[in-house]
This record gives sequence, C-alpha cells and structure tokens, in this order.
Amino acid sequence: MKVPLSWLKDYVDIDLPLIELADVLTMAGLEIEGVTLVGLPNPYEQAGTPQRREVSIEGLSWDPDKIVVAQIDEVMPHPNADRLVLCRLNDGSGELVVLTGAPNLFDFKGRGPLAKPLKVAYAREGARLYDGHQPGLVLTTLKRTKIRGVDSFSMVCSEKELGISEEHEGILILDDDAPTGMALVDYMGDAVLEVNILPNMIRNASMVGIAREVAALTNKPLRSPQIILPAGGPAIAGKAKIQISDPQLNARFVLGMLEGAEQRPSPYKVQLRLRLAGMRPINAVVDATNYVMLELGQPLHAFDYDVLVKRAGGQTPTIITRAAHPGETLTTLDGVERKLDDFTVLVCDTAGALSLAGVMGGQESEITPATCNILLEGATWNFVNTRRTTHSQKLSSEAGYRFSRGIHPALAAEGVQLCLQRMAEWSGGVVYSGLVDEYPLPAVDPEAQISTADVQRLLGIELSAAEIAALLSKLEFTCRVDGDTVYAKTPPHRLDIGSGVIGRADLAEEIARIYGYDRIPATNMAEGLPDARADRPIQVEKQMRQALARLGLQEVINYRLTSPEREARLTAAQPETTPPGYITLKNPLSPERGVMRRSLLAAVLDTLEKNARLRDRLALFEIGPVFLPVDGKALPEEAPHLAIAMTGQRRPPTWDDRASTQMDYYDLKGVIESLLEAIHIGAVNFSPAEHPAFHPGKSAQVSANGVVLGTFGELHPQVKAQYDFLAPAVLAADFDLTALIQAAASRYEITPVPVFPPVLEDLALIVEESVAAADVEAAIRQGGGKLLTEVRLFDIFRGDQIGAGKKSLAYSLSYQAADHTLSPGEANQIRRRILRRVEQLVGAQLRS
Amino acid sequence: MAEDVNILDELDGIQQAGLAALEGVSDEPGLQAWRTAHLGRSAPVMLAFTRLGQISKELRPAVGQKANQVKLTLEAALEERAEKIKTASLRQKLDTEQLDVTLPGRRPTLGRLHPATQALSEIIHIFEEMGFQEYRSPEVETDELNFELLNIPAHHPARDMWDTFHTTQPGTILRTHTSPGQIRAMRELCPKPIRVILPGMVYRYEQTNASHEMQFNQIELLAVGKNITMGDLKGTIQGFARRMFGEAVRVRMRPSYFPFTEPSADVVMECFVCGSKGCQVCKYSGWLEIAGCGMLHPVVLQNGGYDPAVYSGFAAGLGPERIALLKYQIDDIRYFWQNDIRFLEQF
Repeated sequence: MKVPLSWLKDYVDIDLPLIELADVLTMAGLEIEGVTLVGLPNPYEQAGTPQRREVSIEGLSWDPDKIVVAQIDEVMPHPNADRLVLCRLNDGSGELVVLTGAPNLFDFKGRGPLAKPLKVAYAREGARLYDGHQPGLVLTTLKRTKIRGVDSFSMVCSEKELGISEEHEGILILDDDAPTGMALVDYMGDAVLEVNILPNMIRNASMVGIAREVAALTNKPLRSPQIILPAGGPAIAGKAKIQISDPQLNARFVLGMLEGAEQRPSPYKVQLRLRLAGMRPINAVVDATNYVMLELGQPLHAFDYDVLVKRAGGQTPTIITRAAHPGETLTTLDGVERKLDDFTVLVCDTAGALSLAGVMGGQESEITPATCNILLEGATWNFVNTRRTTHSQKLSSEAGYRFSRGIHPALAAEGVQLCLQRMAEWSGGVVYSGLVDEYPLPAVDPEAQISTADVQRLLGIELSAAEIAALLSKLEFTCRVDGDTVYAKTPPHRLDIGSGVIGRADLAEEIARIYGYDRIPATNMAEGLPDARADRPIQVEKQMRQALARLGLQEVINYRLTSPEREARLTAAQPETTPPGYITLKNPLSPERGVMRRSLLAAVLDTLEKNARLRDRLALFEIGPVFLPVDGKALPEEAPHLAIAMTGQRRPPTWDDRASTQMDYYDLKGVIESLLEAIHIGAVNFSPAEHPAFHPGKSAQVSANGVVLGTFGELHPQVKAQYDFLAPAVLAADFDLTALIQAAASRYEITPVPVFPPVLEDLALIVEESVAAADVEAAIRQGGGKLLTEVRLFDIFRGDQIGAGKKSLAYSLSYQAADHTLSPGEANQIRRRILRRVEQLVGAQLRS
Repeated sequence: MAEDVNILDELDGIQQAGLAALEGVSDEPGLQAWRTAHLGRSAPVMLAFTRLGQISKELRPAVGQKANQVKLTLEAALEERAEKIKTASLRQKLDTEQLDVTLPGRRPTLGRLHPATQALSEIIHIFEEMGFQEYRSPEVETDELNFELLNIPAHHPARDMWDTFHTTQPGTILRTHTSPGQIRAMRELCPKPIRVILPGMVYRYEQTNASHEMQFNQIELLAVGKNITMGDLKGTIQGFARRMFGEAVRVRMRPSYFPFTEPSADVVMECFVCGSKGCQVCKYSGWLEIAGCGMLHPVVLQNGGYDPAVYSGFAAGLGPERIALLKYQIDDIRYFWQNDIRFLEQF
C-alpha cells in the first residue's frame, strides 16, 4: 500500500526522520518496501550518500530555490507558434514571461488578465526535473534555450516532470490557496511509503490504520478524522429501504444520501493524494469514496439515486443483498458482462442486480456526469465469498482486496458519514440527515486474556500485568487487570483477535510487536533434549551418497515433475500394454511437467543426455523418490530409488594418453560392487536380467539374500536410439533404495590381519563358454575352504590351443592359515581339493 | 739399517702418491684402476707387507704398523672418493630427467554431491548438533495436512501465500512447504517433547525464472515442549547463523505473518558478503532474509495433539538453495535442477 507521509501526518505527529520511521514500521511488521520521494529531500544524499541504505529511497527532490509556487496572471498567444502560449507569470520575486505548450492553458489564451490567477508549479533555470517528453523517468536539468525566437529558461511543470504521476497532457494547476512564491516542496512536498500489508493486518490497509500503529510505536496520540456533518439536511427516512437476505453474507448495510452534487474535479490536493496513493482521480464524488476508503479502510460505493428510482418505477428504491442465482449475469462498470457463481454476493434492487458486492459496481447505476443525487453504500461482506468472487471473476480491486480479508462492520457507518462530509465539501450538495442502517449480525469484539506467566512462557520476557495492559492499550484494546491476568477487549476496527487459547496467542503477538522483537533476549532452550530416535535409513542413504561421490560419480537432482512421454523412452524396446498410473497435476505449468515421475532412471538419463557432449566421460547418480499411485489411497507410495548413468571414456584423455577406451558393462558393475562393499552388503548375486530398458545380454539383476536390489546394464539399443548419445554404450542402473538400506549390514566382523605368509598359486581352468565366471569362482571357494583367502581372476583366454567353445580362466589364489605357515604338502592338498571341486561342479580342467 | 728407516719414508711416499692419484679420479672405471694400482695385490703398500720379513726385528712392528696405517688411509680415501663420485653421477643422471613440472597432472575423477545436497547437509549438520533430528514426510500431501490442520482453512486469504499444484485427485496436492511434516511429527511423537528438522522438496505453482522455481528444498525446524519461548527461537536461529556464517553475524527478527505460527517473524541477517556495508547481494540494505519462523499457533499444537495451555513450541523454515544462492552468488536459481555439469562441477 502506498502511504503519502503528509496524509499520515493528518492523524499523528511524526517527528522521526524518514529512515527511522521506516525502520520503526518495518520492525513492527509493517515492512516498508521502499520510499518514493515526491519533492522532499533525500536523507541519504543529505548524509553523504552512504553505500548502505536500509530502506530504498527513490524519487525526485525539489530544489526549494528553483521550484516554487507561481501564479499565471495572463495567458497570451505566442507570436510565431499556434501550439505554444506565453504566460505572464509571477513567481513571488517578480513578473516574467514563460512559454509553454500545455493544452490546458489554451482555454485562457487571449482573455486578457485573469480575474482569478492560475496557481502553478514553476521551475527556474537549473532545476532538476524528469523529462516530460521521454518515456520513463529521465532526469534533466532545465537550461536556457530559445524556442521559436522566444527566450526560454524556465517552465511551468506537469505532474510527470515533478515525479507525481505519468500525467503530461497539461501542466498541473494547484488549488487557489497555494501561496505564490512558496517553495513547492514546502507547499506539497511528500514522500510515499510503500507498505507491505500482511494478510492478517488488513486493519492497517488505511491511512488511519497505519497512523494508529505509528502512534502506538512512537507514543503519540492518534487524531481520528472528525465527522462533522452539516446539520439541517432533509431526513433520509423513506428515501431507500434495505433487505438483507442472509446476514452471514452481509452483516451490515448502511446507506446515506447527498442531493445536488456537482460533477466537478476534486481539489488539487485531494487529487494529488489519490495519485500518490496509486488511484486515479475521477471526479469529486467518486474521489470522495476512494479517499475515505484509503483513509479509513472501508470501501464505499456511490449509486446514482435517480437511476434507482427509475428502476423502481418511481417508487422508493429497495436495496436487496443476496447470493447470485444460477445463470445470473451482470455487466460491471468495466463493461464486462459477467457470469456469476452462486457464491457471489450481489447488491440488487427490485429490478435486478446492481453490483458485485464489495468487488465492483454495475454499469447501469454508476455515477455519470449527469448524476446529482447520490445514494452512498457502506457495507460489510463475508470475506470468503468476496475472495472466491475476486478469484473466479479474476477481478482485483481495492475494495475486493479489503473485503476479501475481512472489514469490521463498525467501519460501515463511519465510512458513509465521513464520505458524505467529504463529498459535500468537494462536490457541493446537501447531506441528508441520518442513515438507513441494517445491521442484522452485530460484531462481537472478543475479550481475550493473557497472564504474566503466559507472556513469560511464550515470549520469554518478564512483564507486569500493568505493563502488558499499557502495551495493549496503545493499540486501543480496553484492558482490565485482575491479579496477574490482563483481560483485553478488542477495539472495534479489527477482526483478527480470537478468544481462548487463540486470543492469548493473538495478544502475545501484539505485545511482542509493540514491546519490540529486538528487545526479546536470545536464550537457549531450558528443556532437556528429547529422546533420540533410530534413523538408520537416513544414515545409510548418506553413506551411499558419499560412497558414490568417492567413486567419482557426480550427483544430480532433477525435477520430480515429468511427462509420461519422457519416461516412455525407457520402454521403447518393449512398450507397456497398459499405460502406468501417474500422479497427474490438475494445473501443470507445462505438459512436459505434468506428472510426478515413476522412474528415477529416466530422469538421470535425461540429464546424461543433456551433458553428453560436454564431457568425454560422464558418470551421474541421483537418489530420490519415485511416485507410485496406490489404488484407493489419497497419497502415492513415495519409493526412494538410486539411479546411475554413465557413458564415454573410462578415463578422461590426458596429454600423453589419448587412448579412449569406452566404458562398458564392467565399469558400471565395478561401481556397483564398490558401492555394495561400502555399505557392507555381502553375499550379492548377479544374474542375467530381463528388463525392458537394458540389453538382454549385457544386463544383470542384483540380489542379496534372495531380495532383488536392482538392475543394471547397457541400455537396450532401441532405448538408446531414443536419446541423442554419440558413445557406443550407455550404462545405467536402477536400484530400490529401501532394499539396499535393508540389505546393508549394520554389523559385520573383520578377519585378523594375517601373521604368516600366504602361499601364492596361479591356476588356469578350462571350462565350456557357457559357464558363468561366478560359478567357477564359487566352486573354487568351495574346494579351497577356509584356507583359501583370496581368489582373483586375472586372465581370460580363448583359442585353438584349448579347443572351440571353451575358455580358459586364470586365477591367482592365496592360501593362508591364521596360525602357521602352510607347508608345501598342505598347499598341494588344497590345490587338489579345488581341482576336484571345479571338475565336479563346472566341468573345469586344469590347463597344463 | 738405513734401508729400514727408508722404508718408513717410502711408505709416506706411497700414501702421498696414492692420495694424489686419487685426486684425479672422477668416475667408476678410474676408481677400479686406482684400486688395482694402489690397493691391489702388487700395489706398493701391499708389497711393503711382503717385505716385512726382510726388516729388522726391532723395526718390524713400526713398519708393519705404518704399512697398515697407509693401507687404511688409502682405503678410507677410496671410499670417500667413491661416495663423492656416486653422488655426483647420480646428480648428473637426475639432471637429465627433469620434467616439466607445470604440465597438468593425471586426475582421478572427483565425484561431487549436488550443491543442494551440500547446502542441505551443512544446515542439517548444524541443527543436528543442536539436538534436532531429521524427520521425513511425504512430498505428495493431502490438502488437510498441507493447509487445514496448519490453520489455513479453504478460502482463507492466507492461501494466497502459496500457489499450489493440485492433482487430479481432489484433496491431493504437492506440498507447498515442509510444514505438514510438523503435524505428522507431532501426531507420531505426542506427548513427548520434540526437536526435529524436516528437510525436503516442496512445490509451488509458479512460472520459473531466475529467482523463482516450481520445486525447491526447504528445511523446517520444529521444537515442542513445556517451556519453549520466543527467546529460545531467537537463540536457536542466532546459534545457527553463527555456525553457518560466522561469529560476528547479527540476526534480527521482524514481525511477519504465517497462519501456523503466532507470533511470527522473518529472520534477517547482516549481509555476510559485504559485512553489512551494503552491496548488490543485499540490495544495499545490509540485511539478508534467511528464514521465516514463529511460535507454534495454538490451533496447530492442538491439531498435533498438544494442549496449547501447557505446551508451546516454535517452527522455522529455511531455503537451502536460497542460502547457496547468496553464498556462492548464483544469479539464476534454475541452475540447480538444470544439472549442467559445468555448474555442478564448481562445487
């Protein structure tokens, strides 16, 4: 919300410098997002332009010597230009002639000396202003020049040139009482605070609301606007009736009336304030409704009374409030015909809908240049309905913004009265005495209570009951102290205070705010630590991440949102017959991110593909959930997975070794073996896998103790073809993280470091091609027993010497006993047992 | 007799001649030749021993001793010389093996954790040391847990604070914050006191740009007990900031609004980039916003099973990616999930 400082000062004395004021408000929850100067000097420039600026202050400062109030006494034609005029102007120091092209002076051209001089903002040579002819805010310094043969060294200013608004159609014309010769900054210089209104502080979305906070925070009295309605107007009784069909939707409806308003512009100072507050001045009547809304926070709506009478067939108009009927429509004053929802509340008369309650007026009954009799509405609307209406109609308005957060009904009458007073002042007319006021659901202002112990317990500060009461009283709570407890009655302008335990928390916040968050001491929790809980899955997951990084893999984290098409690339070789179920977004940002992923591998492969051309070698992994819908349940299973993807060279090439051995199945297998070792999963079984994503001959399923942990291998060529990979092979793995964590041994035993030397022996065994290496090794280990401590495959040979369809596997074996050095005889015995067993189990022969 | 005396002089001569010859030896073959000439079987000193028999009995011990001494001296000199030559030749050899030590090394691949993981871990670690234990909760949530039970009823104006991804299943959404985990933790652990951190991914229906993401990590802090005050909240956050950003850093709590806490606060911290002097990172304000926090709202405590008349607690939420953005001056939040290797490799 934009808050002109001058407006604020109508209600509270402010002697704090601007920067301190901004800090005081920010530290009370009214964050000042920035300040725009409209004339006033910049405190940072006065302080030598420090680098640190706690609040951003921008805008234009008006030089008091160079920009002043002046009066135009006569507007004369320009001798050489039709579109320019010459003004005979007095700037307080003397008379001079100023040239301008402002169209709003043309009416006065050639009329001779003006009976009532025009008060204007006059800039002398050297003044710093915004350039009116350039888009945006471009600073310029006024220089002496000649325009069409006439000397020009100064000018009368538009709002844009002074940084007030975008208005540059004509010069700004001040109110008649502006004192000629006064520095403009002294007359109307201002600073506009941009206040961020928190959702629970709608009571402060008004000048009085913010002034009330300033008053409380700086120990100053608040001067609420005085309502002094002219007496003697005709009585309103009988001029209008009100029918509220549902008090839950419309707690209060107040009408006031003004007769004989003149449609004219508001005083310039009113227009200026509206502009600074971000609203466009329209005419005195409409401006009064907006002005009072900004002033008090109560939105108001003016109807053309004569239109209502006409719609009522000449009878007394009856205002009816109700929810919209199915299929009902209304054309709002922005010219849009709107289809209404059943939650939308309407202000109607007997002829039909007039306006969207609390959001926007209707076209038919709006104020027109012909309007002279005004029926003024101040009402209280259900905030939920208002909010739903602003959302469904996509209509944001100052009124809708306030009503959708809840406005206290007490403000309705106050707002109507103050507005009538302002309207009468600015547009003339006679105010009817009295109001038509239907108030079927009177507000109950809760009394909440809080004790000194509560304040200690919640805030950690020690305050007496009297101190608590004093803090709350500053915000107009009516406080009663009983022992250690303060009973605080909520003032009738806010709806955010509850009762009971909620009221207590509400009061605690207000106490802390006014006391000052900064003054609350930082302490350590006095209470002991709660019991620790076992969290092994989290620890093992952490170990896995670290192990994978140690193995040279880069962790990635992908969007969890994806598309079924993206994931379907993985099943290209074997499309699924029934499409898998997804957690699907109702409101995706884009179709590419419309569902929650089911496959982590698909995500990591996407990333591998994106980076494939950037590096000779890539090895990526991700740990994270996949989302599997569960029939009949609101929430999916969020199954954590581990996915790995690698491609490219085994080692990145160096300056002396450009050989590029490509990674293959065994590179990935090695990573997996090391990972399993790192988290101590023993007895792992690798078996050929059937998985749609992988090459059937170059993939394996990993299991431990009969539980499948995951699958890995080279991508199926048809799957790989879905991606843009240059490398011959892409290696990938997909593991069930929960299974890995469960298989990870929480406890394992180590073997003592051997004291006696091992006997080393190499054995080459010839087996059929179809025999798996793992089976050969298992047979060797079985035969070797406990004394066989190490088995390492160091060569595989195929060739004529051993016959077709056969292979020779060469193993390096270590025999070792814990308690003595093995004798040659013992070693021989082990060797014989091994040879016997491998022959029995895998048909292996010793290669001689 | 005179001959006998002469032999002593002769031995002196042999020693001098040997040592002088050794001076000229500069390599291994030279050493060998010298050894043969001066310590070999027919070397003068050796011949002196064979002549001992011819020497008078009285003088024999003196001559023998002298010959022995000369031999030892020559041997010692040889050894010394040999050592010198070896060192010199090694040095010479090494001098020919000079590498260009500035050529790049052969680097084993360095694996790394994602910067978001690193930031998360660092923050989690600090809070763990303060006694907060990690607690995980689902990313796809019910509206009830994400909003209703956190004191954000349907159509409440506070709902505007979170743009939500809805799923096609009514009532099921992507969590907009880690706060539903508060309710889950409370319901699981009630009536025990609680100190947990809830880290994880959250989602916002928001067009992505340099400063907005539709998916980001959050870490939420939750403490529930019988005597937990706003001062404790301040102390906890301050302790965290010191560990994360340095001893001198000052934090400030500013009133704010969250429906699930009251009183609520934003935590701002003196800018660690400029030392609060004003810079681009802190937009010249000297302050950085790092967290939102507050005392648990009584409705939330109640929904978690705790009696707000007896229990109190606090919650705080931090954005690890945001902290990383500030710390590493990353100018585009989208880098995190784009996973460009050129970005990831810098952490």
